[in-house]
Formats: sequence, C-alpha cells, structure tokens
Amino acid sequence: MKKQITITINGEQHAVEVEPRTLLVHLIREQLSMTGTHIGCDTSSCGACTILLDGKSIKSCTVLAIQADGKSVQTVEGLAAPGEMHPIQEGFKECHGLQCGFCTPGMMMRAVELLEHNPNPTEEEIRWGISGNLCRCTGYNNIVRAIQYAGAKMQGKETPSTEPTFV
Amino acid sequence: MNCKTSREVGGMGHSLKRKEDSRFLAGKGNYVDDVKLPGMLHMDIVRSPYAYAKIKSIDASEALKIPGVIAVVTGKDLEQYNLHWMPTLMSDTQMVLPTDTVMYQSQEVAAVIATDRYTARDGKEAVKVEYEPMKPVIDPYKSLDPEAPVLRTDKEGKTDNHIWHWEVGDKDKTSKLFEEAEVVVKEQMHIPRIHVASIETCGCVADYDKVNNHLTMYMTTQAPHAIRTVIALVAGHVGLTEEKVRVISPDIGGGFGGKVPVYPGYVIAIAVSFLVGKPIKWVEDRSENLQADSFARDYHITAEMAGTKDGKILGTRFKILADHGYTDASANPSKFPTGLFSIGTGSYDYDTAFMEADAVYTNKPPGGVAYRCSFRVTEAVHAIERITDRFALEIGKDPADLRMQNFIKKDQFPWKSPTGWEYDSGDYHAGLQKAMDTLGYWDLRKEQEEKRKRGELMGIGISTFTEIVGAGPSKDFDILGIKMFDSAEIRVHPTGKAIARFGTKSQGQGHETTYAQIIAEELGIPAENIQVEEGDTDTAPYGLGTYASRSTPTAGAAAAMAARKLRDKAKKIAAHLLEVSEDDLEWEVGKFFVKGAPEKSKTIQEIVFAAYTNHPQGMEAGFEATHYYDPPNLTFPSGAYICVVDIDNETAEIKIRRFVAIDDCGNIINPMIVQGQVHGGLTQGLAPAMYEELIYDEEGNILNGTFMDYLLPTAVESPNWETGHTITPSPHHPIGAKGVGESPTVGAPPAIANAIVDALSHLGVTHMDIPITPYKVWKVLNEKGIVQ
Amino acid sequence: MIPAPFDYAAPATLDEAISLLEQHGDEAKILAGGHSLIPMMKLRFASPEFLIDINNIPGLSYIREEDGYLKIGALTRESDLEHSDIVRNKFPIFTDATKLIADPQVRNMGTVGGNIAHGDAANDHPAVMLALRAEVVATGPGGQRSIPIDEFFYGFYMTALQPSEILTEIRIPIPSASTGNAYHKLERKVGDYATAGVAVQLTLDGSGTCQEIGIGLTNVNPTPLRATRSEDVLRGQKITDELIAQAAKFASEDCSPSSDLRGDEAYKRSMVGVLVKRMIHKALERAR
Repeated sequence: MKKQITITINGEQHAVEVEPRTLLVHLIREQLSMTGTHIGCDTSSCGACTILLDGKSIKSCTVLAIQADGKSVQTVEGLAAPGEMHPIQEGFKECHGLQCGFCTPGMMMRAVELLEHNPNPTEEEIRWGISGNLCRCTGYNNIVRAIQYAGAKMQGKETPSTEPTFV
Repeated sequence: MNCKTSREVGGMGHSLKRKEDSRFLAGKGNYVDDVKLPGMLHMDIVRSPYAYAKIKSIDASEALKIPGVIAVVTGKDLEQYNLHWMPTLMSDTQMVLPTDTVMYQSQEVAAVIATDRYTARDGKEAVKVEYEPMKPVIDPYKSLDPEAPVLRTDKEGKTDNHIWHWEVGDKDKTSKLFEEAEVVVKEQMHIPRIHVASIETCGCVADYDKVNNHLTMYMTTQAPHAIRTVIALVAGHVGLTEEKVRVISPDIGGGFGGKVPVYPGYVIAIAVSFLVGKPIKWVEDRSENLQADSFARDYHITAEMAGTKDGKILGTRFKILADHGYTDASANPSKFPTGLFSIGTGSYDYDTAFMEADAVYTNKPPGGVAYRCSFRVTEAVHAIERITDRFALEIGKDPADLRMQNFIKKDQFPWKSPTGWEYDSGDYHAGLQKAMDTLGYWDLRKEQEEKRKRGELMGIGISTFTEIVGAGPSKDFDILGIKMFDSAEIRVHPTGKAIARFGTKSQGQGHETTYAQIIAEELGIPAENIQVEEGDTDTAPYGLGTYASRSTPTAGAAAAMAARKLRDKAKKIAAHLLEVSEDDLEWEVGKFFVKGAPEKSKTIQEIVFAAYTNHPQGMEAGFEATHYYDPPNLTFPSGAYICVVDIDNETAEIKIRRFVAIDDCGNIINPMIVQGQVHGGLTQGLAPAMYEELIYDEEGNILNGTFMDYLLPTAVESPNWETGHTITPSPHHPIGAKGVGESPTVGAPPAIANAIVDALSHLGVTHMDIPITPYKVWKVLNEKGIVQ
Repeated sequence: MIPAPFDYAAPATLDEAISLLEQHGDEAKILAGGHSLIPMMKLRFASPEFLIDINNIPGLSYIREEDGYLKIGALTRESDLEHSDIVRNKFPIFTDATKLIADPQVRNMGTVGGNIAHGDAANDHPAVMLALRAEVVATGPGGQRSIPIDEFFYGFYMTALQPSEILTEIRIPIPSASTGNAYHKLERKVGDYATAGVAVQLTLDGSGTCQEIGIGLTNVNPTPLRATRSEDVLRGQKITDELIAQAAKFASEDCSPSSDLRGDEAYKRSMVGVLVKRMIHKALERAR
C-alpha cells in the first residue's frame, strides 16, 4: 500500500508515493533519477549511499524513504551548482582523492558533516571519521589529504600543497 | 621529475589533475545501475542454499501469481536454445542455469523477471525449489582421493577431479641440487581464497532490439571487445553474430580482475532480453557478489629453497595445489594455466628451479581470477619472498643483507630466469637501499633487539619483488585464442584538438588523463585538448581490455606508436609548408623547424590544419592514425617494501607502525596517478595479509558472505603509506614505462607477513599463513606459553 | 536486498504507539534507529508485518541530570551521546564506547534505547549499563515502570520488556566524586561487533578503598553479563595488582563465550581477562 510523502532534496520539494518498504536510496536513485548516490552493500557497511538527512550523514540504504517524510535531504548533486565546485569536491580533485569514483559521493557527503563538526581534523580524526565508508581504490592516503584541503579552504585558510609526495 | 613538455602541454612526468574527475565529483558518473531504458524489466536470481545437490523440482507458480512478475526462467528453458552452458575464459565449461544439479552454494538456479526490482525480489522469495543435497567435496586435497565423488559428471569420461598438471624448470637438476645443498628450507603455505569486492558489484542491462536484430549490452566489463566476441561465440547460433552485438562498458566502479569473466547473470539477461524483446537489468547485490562471483588465489604451495650456509641462494622448488572450485574460470592465457607463477624465482641470481602445479575441482564457486593481480604473480611472489626470509632465518643472516647478496645486478639485464623469462631491466640494489634509508632500517633493528630483551614484540619485514606485466607478446599470450595486443586510434580535428580511442577500459586508473599525456608528449598537443574514450565496441578499436597492469605497457605503447605515425605525417606536411626537404627538419615539442633556422617553423596545430586544408598533392587528407601494439616482451616492474609491526604481547593486536614502498615502474607518465595506484594497491595488499579470506565450512557453506564478516580495511586499518620510486626504464617499451597498478598488491602481503613472523621468530615461529589476524598470533603466543 | 512488504505507522504520541503495539502484538516491531532491524529485514531474516516508527514522538531524545540520575531518552542518537558535554566530563565510558559502535553514519541514526532493547549481547551499551548499574524505564499500557539493568536481559535476544511496552528512558545513578569508568572492546576491524568487550566503573573512598564497582562484559555470553565474582574481589578492598589479576581471572572463567569467526573460547576468555585488567586500571586512573 503506497503512501504519499513530501521530501525536500537539494532544496527542491518532491511529493511522491512510496511503499513503506521503499529504501530512501531507491527513492532517490530510481524514482527521482538522481544517480550520484550509490549502493555498494546490503549491510550498511560500505557507506557508498551516504547522504545528508536534515544535515546529518546517514546511510540511505538503511533508512526507509517514508522516514524522510517532511525532511530535507542533500545528495552529491546538491553540493554545488553545475560547473562549480564545493571545497570538498575541489579537495578530492586536487589531492587525487578518487579513482573509480564509486565511493566518492558517499565519502564526500560524510566528509561534509565531519568538517562541520570539526573544521581542523587531525589525520587520526579523519580516518575514524570516514571509517563507515569503504574505498577499494585509493588506500585512503589521498582522501585524508583531500578532506584536510577542504577544511582549510572552507575556512578561507591557505590550502596545503597538492603535489604528490612520491619521491 | 624531468619533463620534456611544459605544464601547459602536460606530457609525461606532469602530475596533471585528472580529466575524468569532474563528472564523478558532481555525481554524474554513469555506472551500469544508472542506465535506465524505456520498458526495462528487472531480473533477480534464485540461488542454491546447498553446495552440492540434485534439483528435484522448481515450482514457480506462486511467484508467477505476484502482479508484476513476468517470467521465471530455468535451465530447462535455456536448454531449448542450447544456452544453458557457456565456456569459461580457460576453455572449461560452466552452467548458465542448471538443469539437474547445483555444484556450489549460491549458484544461480532460476531467474525471476519483473517490472521492478522490488517485485523481482518478491518473486525470487516465492520460487520453491526442492533439492536433494549430496555430500560435497570442499577440501582440495580430499578432492584427489580415489574415493572422492567425481564432480564433473557432465564431462564425458572424467574419472577424477583433476583439471590439469603444469610444470616448468629442470626437475632433475633441481632434485640433485636439493639433495646436495648445505641448507634446505621448506614451508607449506596457503594463499587464501579472496574476493576483489570492488565497491560497485557486477551487473548489466541487456537490450535486444527485435526489429533490427541487434543487442546492446551495457555491462560492468574490463574487456568489452573480448566479451563481444564471447557473446558471439555463445549466442551466434541464435542469430547474435558479432556485428549485431554492441558492448558498452560504462563507468566502472572498480574492477581489479573481478569484472573480466562472463558471469551466468549476464548470459541469462541476454537470453531473456532476446526472448521478450525488452531491456533486462540485472545488478547483483553484495552478498551475491561475494558468494558467487569469481574468487582469486586459493593456492596451496609447498615452497623450498636451497642455498649455502653463507647465504647464497642456489635454487627453489615450488609445488602447488590449485583449488578452482566447480570449474576453471581463471582468466589466464591458454598457454599458462597457472598464469605467470613462473616469475616466482624472484629477484635473485640463481639458475636452478622447478615448479609444478595441479588443479582440482571442488564444490565451491568457480574462479581463479585476479585480485588486483592476475596471472598468479601474487602467489608466486608470496612464496619466494616468504621462503627467502625463511632461508635468512635458518642461517642467521639479516634478510636485507641476504637479499643484497643475491640480487640480480643492474648490469646483468636483460636477465634470463631459470624458468625462461627475460627480465627487461631493473636496479634492485638501489630500490632496497632507498627503502632502508627512508626507514632507518639499522636503527630499527637495534630497537627490535632491545625490545626483545624486554619481552616486547616488534618485527621488520621486507619484500623485494619482481613483477611481470604487460601481456603480452602475442606469440605467448591469448584469451580464448585472441592474441593479447592492444590498440589506439587517434583522430586530430582540423583545429588541432583530438579524440583518441582505446581497446582498454579504465576502472579508476585514470586513462582519460594518462593516455592524453602520452599523446601530448609525442605530438605536443596539450593533454587538455585530447579527449580519450574507451568502452564502446562500436567506436573503439579492438583490444583485450584492462587487467594485469597491461594498459600502459600495451595500449599506452599503442598511443605513442600511433602518435609517432602522425608525427611522420606531420613532418611531410611541414616540409611541404616550409618548402624544405624532410631531412632539413627537426622536431621539438609541438613543432617542426628548419635546422639552423629555428624561426622557420610550423606548429603541430598549423600542420594539422593544413592536413585538412592544404595537404600535399598525392597525400591522403586528414590526420588520423591507428596502431595495434604487440609488445616484443613483457615488462618487469619491481619494488622494495619494508614493513614495521608492533604486536601487543597480551591481546596479540598487530599495529603497522610504518610501511615504506619504493616502486620502480620505469618511466612515469603521471606521478600523482602512479602514487595513487601504489596507495590503493598497498591497501589491497594489506587486506589479504591481515583481514580478508572467504571461509567455507565442511558442507560448503560460506561463513562470511557479507561485508559484516568479509573484512575490507577501512581508513583506520590502513596505515599512512610512505611511498617513493626509482626509475629503470623498460628498454623495449616505446616510452620506457612498465605498468604499476598491481605491484603494491603483489609486494605488500609478504612484507607484512615477514614482519609479523619476524616479530615472533625468536619464539621459534618460521611461518604463518595469511591473513594473519590477532587471533592467529594469540594462538601462537598461547602455544609458546607467552599468554594464557 | 529489499525488505518484504509491511505496513507502517509513525504515531505522534507514546500512547498511540503503545496502543498500536497492543493491536498488532507479535507482528509489530518498533522502528527506532533501524540499524539492527532494517538490515535484518533486507536480508529477509526478519519480516515483521507492521512497523511502528517512534521517531516522530517528541520528548524521547535527551541527556539530562535530574534527581541524582543521568537520564538518557531512549531515542537519543549515539552521536548525541558522543558529542554531549555532560557525558564527556562525567561518563567518559560513553565516549569510549560510542567511538567503537559501528561508524559515524550509523551512530547518527542508531539510538541508545535500541541498542539496549535489542537484547543483543554483542551490543556495547548493555555491558556499559551493567557497569553503571543503570535502570531501564519501560512504558506500557499501565504506565511506566523502572527495571534494574540486572533484571533486564534474561535470554538470548530476550529482555524484560513486555510485548506492549516500549523502552523510553535509561537512568544512570550519578556516582560520587572519585569515580572512574572505562570501556573497551577488541574488534576485528573498526565498527565490528566485539570479539570481547569490558566495561568497568569503580568508586574510591578517601583512603583509596574501592567502595563500589561494576563490571559488564560484551559478547562473551548468551546475554550481557555482570562479572559478579570479579566485583566481589575488589569491593571494599584497596585495589592491588594481585586483586586485579584475581578479578580478571574470575571474569574470564565466569563468562561463556562461543567459538566463531572472531576466535575460539580460550582466546575470548583470555581477552576478557586482559580487558578487565586494563579497564580497571583505566577506571582507576580516571577516578584519581
């Protein structure tokens, strides 16, 4: 039995019908065709589906769409206007924080909330802060750098060097 | 890094930011599950709960009553079209859907087609299958028992579970050496069954157009052209001949070898789309991915080394038992059933070796594919690097000294290995020395000695590996008979901007950037102005795809060669434009000028424009070139890795304190990307060394088939990798590059294992099988009376 | 991975939620954070017919000091606990524990009440609450009742909650000064369930004698376990290394771990001993 819900995604309000069992990630990806949010596992282990729900990073594969009724969602598509970049996107690009790009949207959405709580995270804090996001390509070194870069950029500070340390 | 081109041109050696990133960062990547076609139906797959069972009946009646369920497809349905079997990439055979017997847990049993994925999933739950379970064969050693049931009864005349025997080297000479040698060491090792677990699982959208008799297959594949050929071979008899098939490999969310094979799900999707005339989407979930897709490794190795008391390595002998599961679904060249395991003589100068392998069937999922290293190099390197440490321990010599003593010397290259390879180049001494200096090796050895006196556990492990990549010379290498060359096609538009297409397929390696840099290096056209495309068989030239670190050695070389053809043409046009003879011209990046009169020159952009507007009489118009590159030899990247671990002497927790990796992959196209490849490969080396293994019980049930228990390292487990390089160009490769993607995954596990064993060696520990967990270490400490 | 169909309601009041529970009985499940329930439903290990989402009920999420208790509303998210100043200052044990529960995103959804009401000995809060001698407040058709934590867990995934009761609050007695507490678990990788976990709270008097002590164990028993004999060894004593060793030994003997992928029984018993020792030391440091 479908139910009507209202959900604001990236600032735009959507009135949609969902089954109670519809997962939030499927609403976003399939019904609303925003495919930047990905699915990588069944057990809320990988974090590829991370979005912001009322500003908090959550795993949208383990939340029902109906639970987001009346709430506000931000996905990777809402980070910046087309052609522009949010500091976290810039950090990932400048520091080579992505390879295949599949974990990247979830990783960035998590990083956005992390930096909101802690604008100057240490390496250790970043590593623990992204421990709910699996990346199979990068070995995480450059993701740590990307988040540090974004943290500096968001505070208007000088950004760290993005040259590779491959000597 | 020395660069011949300016930053603006962005040729080799520049850490150019990646061209492909913009779409990924904006959430505009296009992965297979993002493909949505009008009228598309969804497929879910019923899988076997048993490892070995007869199928007594399949009852789909309840499923078909669910509104939205369109069809339930079984092996019997496919049998009518002779589509219920398919070849593996090793020319073995594999069921698409079974007609009577299931051979491993989670094997595909039936497919449910429905209007959406939720309904398909409900349909799957409603299909009732009655099984008659049989006692499975799980242990590969027991699989060879005379009383073991013969599993592959589908193969006529098969009387046992043996698949093949392979050997290389001089058996008699090696036996004699081992009988007479001063020192012989031996260890039994298991390289565990693991899974690539790319964060994107596998999937496809099969779109068969009945009107035009044409199939478009969107598919997570690392080798789109080879797949097109395989589809034509499997389904040609029903009309899907090769010109009617287009394979599109969209953005791939990580491959690592797991997206080379053809899985039954793909074939079922094609068959169903062919029958119903609608697009069929199949995307597996993580459990299916871990439980049914091809595994990697699973080699049981008896490793032996012979040498002298003062540390000279004289010979090695390796005996392998390979567990392939239900069918041999490796992706090896047909000449090499155990891949390039014969690289396992390592980086050391000796002339006697013998290796042999036997492969067997068991009731486990099929495979033997890559895990960021195909062709079994990881298994070989683990064996040689572990047994080298074992030898050092035996004679009481420092493992760094022992390696320095035995390395093949820089001036011995090209070096002929005892198993027949010709190593192209290397400087192993320099690599290890750099790693030791970076780490402060001898200080750490002193610290270790002091800690031991206090009962603290600290270990240092080295791995100095030689990789073998770039398959390959077509005389030796093929997949299903198709030779392993690769290709590049460059089209330069009149305004001097280019599109280049390749037979490979990036899954995160950054081809859109690095291939552009190679062309920029050769032609002087800015990399920014070169668009790279891969993955569409209708547009790209034929190639064998991306795996085995082969893209740079093959397609990268093809890019350079095609660009050089264009430069030759450019020279002719420049001579025409400048009204001089070709011999009077000299090339510097981006232009030809007249010798002795550098002010008389034509830029590449001017020359290209002329190729369309003012080309010499008798010359073909346009500015395009294609090259199919067949390498004369493989390339042999190398590395020197050192790992330092601290072990808690109560909980046995293992902490990687430092890990230094010095890689030599020849000339470097983009240092930023190479370093990124090394970082990622190191974490994928850490994974099997300490965390990952697919575990089965005696009934063939997988015990860790989700990410809750199949443990991928997070940013917390993964240490801060310290990386660096040396450069020994490949003498035979057009740009002197060697390939790098897999080196760290090959080199890291033995460095970590050696470090942990080193931390425990004073207690009498000589070997531990990976993954080495705190629990395993605790058991050792418990046996030795250190902990209770 | 998709759950089977179910019906759903998100009542706005506790009374409404309780009457829905009464109405649907065993077919209904409470949805709080959902991070234990929804994965089970996706894997179809659980297929409840009705979900009662309590997230819209106001007044169930708070952390406050009142009447000598630290009161935690059942819907308080793990991340709220993690970032609460009251908690950080007086109950560092929660900072220890929350950091090790799953991962940041899961902690943004997962609730303290859910972690306890699930009755899973592998969850971390039960052992912590045992150490802190908490009380669990259940609200049902007949109103509220307070259940001492020692009477709450009584079987494998079984709790003292009645079918139409909802866990609404956890009350933790605020200890006197000179109290220290600590928690640690060994895990195969970050976010994993415990191989073994130990929570300790102890209170010292002016002379340094242990007045009171609580020790709770995670995932080494069918139910969350209080290490009673270990507590008895230390209560009323000046804590010495010998006594700590004795307490550690008793805890490792008194638990009943099962062998699994995390390790065998002997290993887990050994880890309980090591952690009891280490957590007592850590709690002592914090008490002083």
